[in-house]
Amino acid sequence: MFGYEFYIDPSRCIGCRSCLQACEECETHRGKSMINFDFIERRESITSAAYVCWHCDEPTCAQVCPADAIKKGEDGIVHSSLKPRCIACNNCVLACPFGIPKMMEPEQQMMKCDMCYDRTSVGKRPMCATVCPSQALAYVRPEQIAARREKPTNIFYFGNQKITTKVYMMAPAEREAIALDVVDYMWEEKHELAATRE
Amino acid sequence: MAKAPVSEEILKEQFGPHLNYVPPGGWKDESIHPAEKLVKTHCCFCGQQCGIQLKVRENRVIGFEPWEEFPFNRGMLCPKGVKRYLQGNHPDRLLSPLMRSEQGFRPATWDEALDFTVSQMREIQQKHGKDAIAIYGGASLSTEKSYLMGKFARVALGTRHIDYNGRLCMVSAGTAYKLAFGIDRSTIPWSEIPKAEVLFVIGANIGDCAPITTDYIWRCRDNGGRLIVADPRMTPITRNADLYLPLRPGTDLALLMGMLHVILRDGLEDREFIEQYTTGFEAVAESAKQWNLGKAAEMTGVPPEAIEKAARWIGKSKRAIVMHARGLEHQSKGVENCLAVVNIALATGNIGREGAGPTMITGQGNGQGGREHGQKCDQLPGQRSLTDPAAREYVAGVWGIQPEELPQPGYTAEEIMEAIHRGEIKGLLSTCFNPLVSLPDANFTREALSKLEFFGVIDFFLSETAHHADVVLAGSLHEEEDGLGCSAEGRVIHWQKSIDPPGEARCDSDIIIDLAHRLGRGQYFQFKNPADIFEELRIASRGGVADYYGITYERVDKQMGIFWPCPSLDHPGTPRLFVDRKFYTHDGKAHFNVTEWRPSGDPISNDYPLFLTTGRVVSQYLSGTQTRRIGALVDQYPEPRAEIHPSLAEQHGIKDGDWVTVTTRRDDLTIQAMVVKTIRPDTVFIPYHWAGTRSANRLTHRTLDPRSKIPEFKVSACRIAKANGPDPSADDRGAHHGGASRGGA
Repeated sequence: MFGYEFYIDPSRCIGCRSCLQACEECETHRGKSMINFDFIERRESITSAAYVCWHCDEPTCAQVCPADAIKKGEDGIVHSSLKPRCIACNNCVLACPFGIPKMMEPEQQMMKCDMCYDRTSVGKRPMCATVCPSQALAYVRPEQIAARREKPTNIFYFGNQKITTKVYMMAPAEREAIALDVVDYMWEEKHELAATRE
Repeated sequence: MAKAPVSEEILKEQFGPHLNYVPPGGWKDESIHPAEKLVKTHCCFCGQQCGIQLKVRENRVIGFEPWEEFPFNRGMLCPKGVKRYLQGNHPDRLLSPLMRSEQGFRPATWDEALDFTVSQMREIQQKHGKDAIAIYGGASLSTEKSYLMGKFARVALGTRHIDYNGRLCMVSAGTAYKLAFGIDRSTIPWSEIPKAEVLFVIGANIGDCAPITTDYIWRCRDNGGRLIVADPRMTPITRNADLYLPLRPGTDLALLMGMLHVILRDGLEDREFIEQYTTGFEAVAESAKQWNLGKAAEMTGVPPEAIEKAARWIGKSKRAIVMHARGLEHQSKGVENCLAVVNIALATGNIGREGAGPTMITGQGNGQGGREHGQKCDQLPGQRSLTDPAAREYVAGVWGIQPEELPQPGYTAEEIMEAIHRGEIKGLLSTCFNPLVSLPDANFTREALSKLEFFGVIDFFLSETAHHADVVLAGSLHEEEDGLGCSAEGRVIHWQKSIDPPGEARCDSDIIIDLAHRLGRGQYFQFKNPADIFEELRIASRGGVADYYGITYERVDKQMGIFWPCPSLDHPGTPRLFVDRKFYTHDGKAHFNVTEWRPSGDPISNDYPLFLTTGRVVSQYLSGTQTRRIGALVDQYPEPRAEIHPSLAEQHGIKDGDWVTVTTRRDDLTIQAMVVKTIRPDTVFIPYHWAGTRSANRLTHRTLDPRSKIPEFKVSACRIAKANGPDPSADDRGAHHGGASRGGA
């Protein structure tokens, strides 16, 4: 949908799994859910998180595919593997830094979130983001998301790999990018790391 | 007579619960066989009453589409709402009336089943008096059906005893709000939640039980609002709480009084508001003096600084909202708890203004509408009192009978079961209620059911309670009959009929009306459809507090819901109450009420040193009659688990997933443990949606709040012990055989 973007904010997730249930109702993969969901550590806390695909600008899954089966559309959507080409090798499943692609065993095909292509292509919002009761998954205009406490970013660092994505992650307002390595937050490494990234 | 006719296993094989996973026509055929129509209606489950569009083809609901224009939920749905459509076209669905037989239940014709029902009820009433028959209704019935149930009991049967499963839900808050404000409704619409500066959520597991409300709370925080959560468990919304108060079960009143103490001690009360618009402040202020922080902290187990901080945040804010639900209500001092919330709101002038006010969160689908028009044992339509001579005269006039013909108030839901147990009530007609799972002390309930001389049930699935029936009348699902509901906000909404009942099943209201005709009272039940019932309801409610006179189906559709009171056709409805600071009490003022501390009816002791508290999980609803038949929802949380803290688990050598026996003064239950740091170490939590050997209500007790008559589900005393596996004897005690051996009738 023109003017709408997808935002993920795990801090809003209440673990209800409405997204998982609703994803099954999506026409392109009815009966199968493409949501990645987890309680972080249920023994320790109630925090949970639900994710769709980030739809990378340069998708790692497609880069590592030996069969050239994974395609990104002009609209930035990274699709499930093309059935005639997919050899079910699991390269994409192993390589995706976000852990998104799913190998469907009976079909021997990698399937993943396509941001409800059947819906977004006809002006409807994706199923998960429409139903999400806490709007941890949200498909809204940027000016709507600007009203939130957290701010969107679509820059991720995984070690030395910098990834930019179509989908945004909500992060604390002062963060411009999301990094997972503690050294990214250390003062003494700051200049050196910045140098390696540029 | 009313024992289960054959074993639970045989009944389960025939009537379920079986799991329905796949929509009619399968997952893949939708694009080939698209929906014929999309019906704008509402979810059949909780009091949020989310708007939803049902996809319909060939008289079957085949899926859903979010309804993004409906203002309350704007397309949002919890997993129950997403999968609600799978209750239709279900293999367990009752397609014809059933009569008890030696082999279980056999199909019957409507004439046979209805004539049998009428003859049984007549015989009992002739032999034992009119009040020997009781009626159970439910808060998932449409407002029209709820109204019809009240009229049916009083006009067709002439019995005093009609009550409903809402007695297990909202009655403590309702009683409190009526005492304080003269009206039983949330004081604000949900659209005002994001405008509060402070949001205090006490005794309300919003993430699991009212999921859509979460978005309103997060938006409040986006606007800079602060969130305070008081609960013995860290429920999902606690993850973003600015202040968490982990109170001991059953001590909410101490916490609230401690907070009021601080507010008054620090002079944070709104003197001008108190003087102009309220009565009773001085007595409440006097009673708060004893609740100093030390005492409140000792009683609740919450640090005194945290209590003080919560009180000051509320006292110093311009707009505070207190949201509360079953956690406060399900106590033997449930009404006191809710009155204490109201006292804080009144003391700080947080009422009648935007973004401020005490807010009860109704739990059941039509929990609001179902408690307004006469389904309660002491009530007439329009939230009128059955003991008020003027109300009796008015409603009798609408119904075409003499006021003297109207019975006096009867027993509440649990009291009806107790009267059955002691043999005072001999016959029961129940709809939309599964008391064997949802009433406390399930073994007692089973004994009582076995003593009934006649037990008739109207339902769409054969619930565990219905196993004990003599006759089961196959009724209708939410989507099979037109009608109105009222959401937690007080918004009257339209449940559009989507399909006809399948097979020989009939609309619930048709069944009740037919029974009334067969009882010889047809002249008072000349309704052809729910719209006819609603036309009479409009007039019967006119001039009452819950005035629906200005509401029509057309207006509800056009405005996407109307907030009652709505006394005339040109009245816009009343989203926020008390805007003019006028209350519905006899003097027009809001009333402070002194609250009295009482210990729980099931106190902890050396033998039972832990608190047991029960509640819901997000993927199941109430007694599970519907949601335990939907595969995807069952997979999400298949079995009840006992939540315990790691430190408690360690004392007993219990690891996550181990079997644990939870014992109370009533019974014991052996289920698997869920070891989590999100619960107080002195508390065990078990969800109550299951029956038989997995029924948490075998453990709970029958102590009632003296005014609201709500059971104390949230506070029982228990002990735990590690077990080696499921209890093999539990089946014997739990189901068919126990009932048979204890059977009295």
